[in-house]
Amino acid sequence: MTGYLHTALALDGVGWHPAAWRRDADNARRLHHADYWLSLAQLAERGHLDLLTIDDTLALQSESYGTPVPRTDRVRGRIDAVLLASRIAPLTSHIGLVPTVVTTHTEPFHVAKAIATLDFVSSGRAGVRLKVGVSRHEARLVGRREPPEVTLDRLDDPDVKKAVVDAFNEAADAAEVLHRLWDSWEDDAEIRDVPTGRFVDRDKLHYIDFSGEWFSVKGPLTVPRPPQGQPIISVLGHGADPYRLGALGSDIVYVTPRDAEHALGIVDEIRWIEESVHRIAPRTRVLGDVLVVLGDTEHEARTRLAELDELAGEPLRSDALVFAGTADQLADLVGGWSTAGLDGIRFRPATNAEDLPRLVQDVVPELQRRGLQREGYAGTTLRENLGLARPSSRYAVKEAS
Amino acid sequence: MTDKPLKQVRLGAHFPGVNNTTVWSDPASGSHIDFSSFVHLARTAEAAKFDFFFLAEGLRLREKKGLIHDLDVVGRPDTLPVLAALAAVTENLGLIGTINATFNEPFEVARQFASLDHLSDGRAGWNVVTSSDAFTGENFRRGGFLDYADRYSRAGEFLDVARLLWDSWRDDDIVADAATGKFVRRPDVGTFDHRGRHFDIDGQFTVAHSPQGQPILLQAGDSPEGRDFGAAYADAIFTLARPVEASQEYYRDMKTRVESFGRSADELLILPGATFALGETPEEAEHNAAVIRRQQVSGQTAIQFLELTWKRDLSTYDPDGPLPDVEPDTESESLVKGQARQAVDPVAQVKQWRELAEAKHLSIRDLVIEVSARQTFIGTPSSVAEQINDRVQADAADGFILVPHITPSGLDDFAANVVPELQDRGVFRTEYSGGTLRENLGLPESTTRRAAPATV
Repeated sequence: MTGYLHTALALDGVGWHPAAWRRDADNARRLHHADYWLSLAQLAERGHLDLLTIDDTLALQSESYGTPVPRTDRVRGRIDAVLLASRIAPLTSHIGLVPTVVTTHTEPFHVAKAIATLDFVSSGRAGVRLKVGVSRHEARLVGRREPPEVTLDRLDDPDVKKAVVDAFNEAADAAEVLHRLWDSWEDDAEIRDVPTGRFVDRDKLHYIDFSGEWFSVKGPLTVPRPPQGQPIISVLGHGADPYRLGALGSDIVYVTPRDAEHALGIVDEIRWIEESVHRIAPRTRVLGDVLVVLGDTEHEARTRLAELDELAGEPLRSDALVFAGTADQLADLVGGWSTAGLDGIRFRPATNAEDLPRLVQDVVPELQRRGLQREGYAGTTLRENLGLARPSSRYAVKEAS
Repeated sequence: MTDKPLKQVRLGAHFPGVNNTTVWSDPASGSHIDFSSFVHLARTAEAAKFDFFFLAEGLRLREKKGLIHDLDVVGRPDTLPVLAALAAVTENLGLIGTINATFNEPFEVARQFASLDHLSDGRAGWNVVTSSDAFTGENFRRGGFLDYADRYSRAGEFLDVARLLWDSWRDDDIVADAATGKFVRRPDVGTFDHRGRHFDIDGQFTVAHSPQGQPILLQAGDSPEGRDFGAAYADAIFTLARPVEASQEYYRDMKTRVESFGRSADELLILPGATFALGETPEEAEHNAAVIRRQQVSGQTAIQFLELTWKRDLSTYDPDGPLPDVEPDTESESLVKGQARQAVDPVAQVKQWRELAEAKHLSIRDLVIEVSARQTFIGTPSSVAEQINDRVQADAADGFILVPHITPSGLDDFAANVVPELQDRGVFRTEYSGGTLRENLGLPESTTRRAAPATV
């Protein structure tokens, strides 16, 4: 271990506070424009953050899990995260690009080729955050399933429980298919052998023959093996089901500790699950999420939060810890989480306009001064940023042994 | 010429595909995968003021005789992420991609094209293709779920739904007024409800109304049903290059069909795919054309070409020797999967080839070169410009989608030498005039929800 933490930026709208757009209306009108997102990515890159994630769902934004909330005072509408990541890829150079993809209603084959292609257009900086979509209204957009109504107060209903468990199991199958498809071309499959007239060595292309409860995929992928070999898979988790998905099929798990002690417990639980599923890949990078409101003084930060809450008409609620304070105080928190065993932090800026520049200008230098963050990028691929080696194709290894 | 004003020529740049038109064995042939190759072709096309860049798609690697076909280029990146990335390095070029309507769902595809239209400031286009084969279906959740006869019925409903979704937001729905706290004008933005034979969906679409409103639609079907589908829905038809008279007949047929759907004839562009070989003299061009065709047909490719008709393993025959002396197998199933192939009578075909080979003393490879298609345009830059312009003015086409044989530099010569000739004739732009692809193609602003065809 180097002792360095991995740092990630979570992007959603103009910030994670529901009233963020009230302080940034011009950019809020530009949320469908590439230039806005490019400016955020380039700023994050100046702070040497390892990666950025882009939130997405198939459904329109909503303040309630179960059903859409028909209100006009919150950000509504967004563009496809994978295409947005592809659009900013050629104009950035080091930061990992991790769009969100819903596994429940999409084709694993399409997802595999899209993320492999993101890896090509970003020269090895692609990742993906896999997300399940268990709500009935999301299913109605696609129309092929009729899941039970899932709301937070019905989580003990057996039908709802089964729907949630199934969705995570399906996501784990999707992750397995992604891994196999990205390995389905060996690195040196393209041979261009003029004497025999062969463009590829077909012995180095592999059917994956995946067959599961939700889908079967034959393979090979139509896209050759991407620059990283395996782009990075990540998941956000608040409990055992997503932790298990993380342990089975991902490289990063974003978690939401309340404090350092909670972080310690989460890391223990994930490590225990990794053992129980006999994970052979390098252990998952566990990144703690924190929603940040920064100020020059704690008072200023708290005042900013109070003002945003007032604009929103209610106190900020979040699955992640809400931090309001100075860069120094945030560095203290990050240091504490590091000691508790987290591998890194994913920052959710309350407002991109104010908190992202403060993260880059104030927090990053402080983390670097404390030896918690690298002074620059470790490499040019996301795997290199994360300290993960480029794996060989599983099919090549099989033949060699 | 009459006093009819000159038609403007439309040009598209097709990234070289995965059939034997694309020559990978030439030393000039670069990567078919690296993003830099896509950037090169797109920037070449944009510098030459082309209307658009075009990407094809395949959802399963082709197979012959039960094995992955290895003689042509294999593999390509995913259509939409490449186009989104190209939007970052181009400013005016249209970005058109092929997406299969069978192995996708309308909500997702509508969302992706609306996103691409935003990300490119109004330069997105979709070449709609359909398929129904179980072979491709093996990579997808539903397998080969669709009857061949239902391809256009599903695709038509798919487009109806996509249009419903693209129009579900109004231009002024996002207000983001900080003072009043109103972000969207109405709580039900994007609301849609569709009940049909193939889709039963409802909810709220997530992407705001895009710059073009509706991305440009291309279509390539050639059967009567496919032609009606294109005439009803498409902004442009990507068709085969035919001899001039056959092209004119096709052109007339399509324009008549368009009008039968209550559209005006100029709402549909006819854009055949076209290959080319250039030279400083006519002789040099013919020589270059012959060299390219020989590169396109390797000995192994020639043998496989014959196997499609013989339906036998002919791998023991010498491609530089005479035609196989065995008779074709008329009983077997097709050896090819993942590729369309027209049915002909193999016995008659073989007889004709044998006579041709005998008369001209052709080896297997020579014969295949002889019978496979010549380049659409062969000549000096001036002559090729003339041929293109003549066809456009004669209503054999509205322009062409050019398919270079070399990646990524195969369009360089055309862009540098043929395009100025077209510009000198006053039939091709010297600067982009519009902001969107629709404007550059001279197509009317999207009128929402055109009438669906009665026949499909």
